[in-house]
Amino acid sequence: MKSFTYQRVTTPAEAAAAIADKPGAKFLAGGTNLLDLMKLQIETPAHLIDIGRIGLDKIEPTANGGLRIGALVSNTDLAADPKIRKDYGVLSRALLAGASGQLRNKATTAGNLLQRTRCPYFYDTNQPCNKRVPGSGCAAIAGFSKQLAVIGSSDACIATHPSDMAVGMMALDAVVETINPAGKTRQIPISQLYRLPGKTPHLETNLEKNELITSVVLPAPVGGTHIYHKVRDRASYAFALVSVAAILFKDGSGKIAIGGVAPRPWRVPGAEKLIPSGAKAFAAKLMEGARPTQDNKYKLALVERTIELVLKEGKS
Amino acid sequence: MKFDKPAGQNPIDQLKVVGKPTDRIEGPLKTTGTAKYAYEYNEQVTNPAYGYILGAAIARGTITRIDQTAAKAAPGVLAIVTAANAGPLQTGKFYVSRFLAGPQVDHYHQAVAIVVAETFEQARSAAALLKVEYKKQAGDYDLEASKGSAQPPNPGPYTPPGETLIGDFEGAFKAAEVKIDQTYSTPDQAHAMMEPHATIAKWDGDKLTCWCTIQQLNWGIRDLGVILGIPKENVRLISAYIGGGFGGKGTVLSDLVAASLAARAAGRPVKLTLQRPLMFNNTIHRPKTIQRIRIGAKQDGTITAIGHESWSGNLPGGMTESTIASTRLLYAGANRLTRLRLAVLHLVEGSAMRAPGEASGMMALEIAMDEMAEKLQMDPVDFRIKNDTQEDPEKPGRKFSTRKLVECLREGADKFGWERRNAKPGIIREGDWLIGMGVAAAMRGAPITKSAARVRLDSSGKITVETDMTDIGTGSYTIIAQTAAEMMGVGIDQVQVKLGDSSFPESSGSGGQWGAASSTSGVYAACMKLREAVAGKLGFDVEKAQFSDGRITVGDRSAALADAAKNGELVAEDTMTYGELSKEYAQDTFGAHFVEVGVNAFTYEIRVRRMLAVCHAGRILNPKAARSQVIGAMTMGVGAALMEEMVVDKKVGFFVNHDLAGYEVPVHADIPHQEVILLEDIDPTMSPMKAKGIGELGIVGVAAAVANAVYNATGIRVRDYPVTLDKLLRAV
Ligand SMILES: Cc1cc2nc3c(=O)[nH]c(=O)nc-3n(C[C@H](O)[C@H](O)[C@H](O)COP(=O)(O)OP(=O)(O)OC[C@H]3O[C@@H](n4cnc5c(N)ncnc54)[C@H](O)[C@@H]3O)c2cc1C
Ligand code: SF4
Repeated sequence: MKSFTYQRVTTPAEAAAAIADKPGAKFLAGGTNLLDLMKLQIETPAHLIDIGRIGLDKIEPTANGGLRIGALVSNTDLAADPKIRKDYGVLSRALLAGASGQLRNKATTAGNLLQRTRCPYFYDTNQPCNKRVPGSGCAAIAGFSKQLAVIGSSDACIATHPSDMAVGMMALDAVVETINPAGKTRQIPISQLYRLPGKTPHLETNLEKNELITSVVLPAPVGGTHIYHKVRDRASYAFALVSVAAILFKDGSGKIAIGGVAPRPWRVPGAEKLIPSGAKAFAAKLMEGARPTQDNKYKLALVERTIELVLKEGKS
Repeated sequence: MKFDKPAGQNPIDQLKVVGKPTDRIEGPLKTTGTAKYAYEYNEQVTNPAYGYILGAAIARGTITRIDQTAAKAAPGVLAIVTAANAGPLQTGKFYVSRFLAGPQVDHYHQAVAIVVAETFEQARSAAALLKVEYKKQAGDYDLEASKGSAQPPNPGPYTPPGETLIGDFEGAFKAAEVKIDQTYSTPDQAHAMMEPHATIAKWDGDKLTCWCTIQQLNWGIRDLGVILGIPKENVRLISAYIGGGFGGKGTVLSDLVAASLAARAAGRPVKLTLQRPLMFNNTIHRPKTIQRIRIGAKQDGTITAIGHESWSGNLPGGMTESTIASTRLLYAGANRLTRLRLAVLHLVEGSAMRAPGEASGMMALEIAMDEMAEKLQMDPVDFRIKNDTQEDPEKPGRKFSTRKLVECLREGADKFGWERRNAKPGIIREGDWLIGMGVAAAMRGAPITKSAARVRLDSSGKITVETDMTDIGTGSYTIIAQTAAEMMGVGIDQVQVKLGDSSFPESSGSGGQWGAASSTSGVYAACMKLREAVAGKLGFDVEKAQFSDGRITVGDRSAALADAAKNGELVAEDTMTYGELSKEYAQDTFGAHFVEVGVNAFTYEIRVRRMLAVCHAGRILNPKAARSQVIGAMTMGVGAALMEEMVVDKKVGFFVNHDLAGYEVPVHADIPHQEVILLEDIDPTMSPMKAKGIGELGIVGVAAAVANAVYNATGIRVRDYPVTLDKLLRAV
């Protein structure tokens, strides 16, 4: 870990202003990802701005019947919120499928969205990794890639985004709200939040430098049956090999996002008209253009099969 | 005391304290966080500096330059130790690893430098400032590829012969009516214990004291002495509590060497713990194996030929994974072959992990037995029973001291509801889940070894036991207290047990499943002497004396034990040593594992639903501790079956998933209801305790039982562990 300075702020505006002042600064929310990465010198911020006490820890109704989730709401509180459980079950289930009770107590909504990949080579600073050190190469492509991406990846990087929560939010068409140091706010649909790696896998989101996430807005409830199925070798406390977040309607239509397969939660709205035709047709369209490795091509079959299971569950 | 003929009746047979499911006597210390682990001796060492190891960034090659400028100038740095200033270092007598690279790098994450600073954070941060330049050299990391160059191992105390041949294996196999010839593999596995390797090292002149995490303190002082080139008398090691070992803390590893060197360099005591990634690529592990098994049988299921060939790899001079150990003894069959081959690999050293050899060997053999039973259209339980033997199949006439494998299988089948298993795979379904059952036999040697203890009786009638035995979470404290209480006729609350200090009499240590049987026998010997001393002091005939309720009694004369120590503590010390009974008898432990799994018909996720182990393992000294050992081992077996694998990057030459996020071990949600049945067994050929070990038996066979259950559920046979859903999907 590199030495760093530390500052605690009390309002979102103060946070955004503070970060503009300090080159190489980062926000610290729950710290469950950032601190680990700092200990391994994968992240080396010179300054930490602790946003743990800036408020933004409430879940409130929006004018058009949706919910606004503060950036600092913990994963535990979000999963347990009665309105979330009732109207956005897929999100609650996705959260509870992630990490452990202790981690979810600390982990925040914004921190979860911005957690970094779990590619094992990213975690070992002796290995080349374009995401960690741009231009150094990618050790994973010819290495061990069982968990890594099969779609949306590039020749520079095949990492996945590890969040479960974000997969649920993707199916729900959530919108991320931010503020920048100049005080300007904006809304980014979650489908626009993450960038694909291309040649620049170190650039992971479309957030501007120093932009603070203030909340995530869920649209008014859409009803339907909410399912989150996370597939992994052990029953708990493991990242998804594949996960499926689904909202399925009586008429056979649905919204489905997939985790564990791409650098971002994977959703292809154009493919969803095929959901009524069954898992095979839908998965084929959804995963069109997939470029798996030898190690992870099982994920293509797994995606189809998990969707099949989820569609069956939706009917029963 | 020398034990050279089968034990007769003795004080242990009273079973007033021994054999009872006593709670751990040190339990309250652990649940209140007051049991002291190596890194926590803050009162004894008040001014420690902190050491941090920088591991090699390459797998093989040479260090050409280390630029220390920035690191030396970093805040708080007190010293930097590298091969250039460490002085000469030897290798120990058990592990072959060199604990400091330079100029040669032997494996990834081999220690290149130890940075010592005022705080842990300063040491870690300065370590990252070291600029190390390497010249890479090609290495061999792929057992498959190096299999062809593998050689017969050099026989050693822990290595069976490279080749055993009984009868005419090839001829009999060729002629067999029914046969299988299959190849299996088991991956590199990590001990992944909770407590990392840790040491506080403190020099007083040329005397070295280390608080550390070592299972075998006697090996530890020997090895640390050899490595540092100092007499072992100058080394004192203290490991009072150990947060899990599983063989991964057998003797000196890099933390001890690094802390000792760092403390010398800094002129201050040094605390050092291995960061989790170093535990995978810097210590030891259970090495990968490739195993070919051939079994031939008559149509009625009688095995006529059994062959087991096995390949593993290691650093030059390292041990061979002796997978064939159980195959030599488990089933009858006139024609037999075992063969071990060892390749040179430039991965970190492979060595002992819980039931070394047997655990990986039985992962393969017990799938092969399942395949063979199916081919014979026999029930796998019946097939195993049919081929039971009551004598060593390689040495007819040499009997097993005790062996109830058949009873384990029968009792287990009965209690588990084995008759509900459908012999045809892929038939039973509950909702979205395919259900299957599997069985495997278990067998593990019951070694017993020399062990000493000292016992003290004080004027209040309290007994204190001192021995350098360790408790790695197994219950040593408790069974030793039970033994002393039984021998001296006092309540267990009158016994204090002091372990884990190399200045105490030399015990067996914890390893090889020999700890419980050996260390309690040492305490037995010392207590016999103390009984004599008490009797002598108070004028009783020890042969006729009864020791009970804190008193010594002959006929109607009786005195309190405390009276014998009125004028000063009585101290007795003895060592239990052994004659030739282990040559005369095959001394082993046996068991049977039954497992039911569900496999999701869509995703092929595998979840264990029920587990049962039936064990036959000598006198059970404490059924509660024994059960804990077995359920822990069953859990570890589930890990071996379904998830544990250190993945080798064959280009770079290292284990990639070197943390607990990447190296998965079972969590609570993976482990269903587990049941353990301990069959009655008293083995007088072992020692006066008539006990054997059980902690390693519990893991042997588990993984195969799980794999066999997955086959029964799905009809898909996976022969390369771990059995994961991607492998099942590939076969669908
Ligand atoms: C052992 C383990 C297992 C896990 N398993 C899972 C799992 O199965 N599924 C899963 O989904 N996750 C899992 N996680 C990840 C966990 O969900 C994340 O660590 C957590 O959600 C991060 O939230 P945080 O608040 O602690 O973020 P931090 O670590 O504080 O921050 C993460 C990043 O977000 C930035 N950031 C935080 N808040 C803001 C903001 N408001 N605006 C802009 N930037 C911000 C920080 O600067 C940092 O770069 C696991 C983590 C661990 C350690
Ligand atoms: S896949 Fe991406 S994160 Fe992993 S090593 Fe390659 S570049 Fe780095």
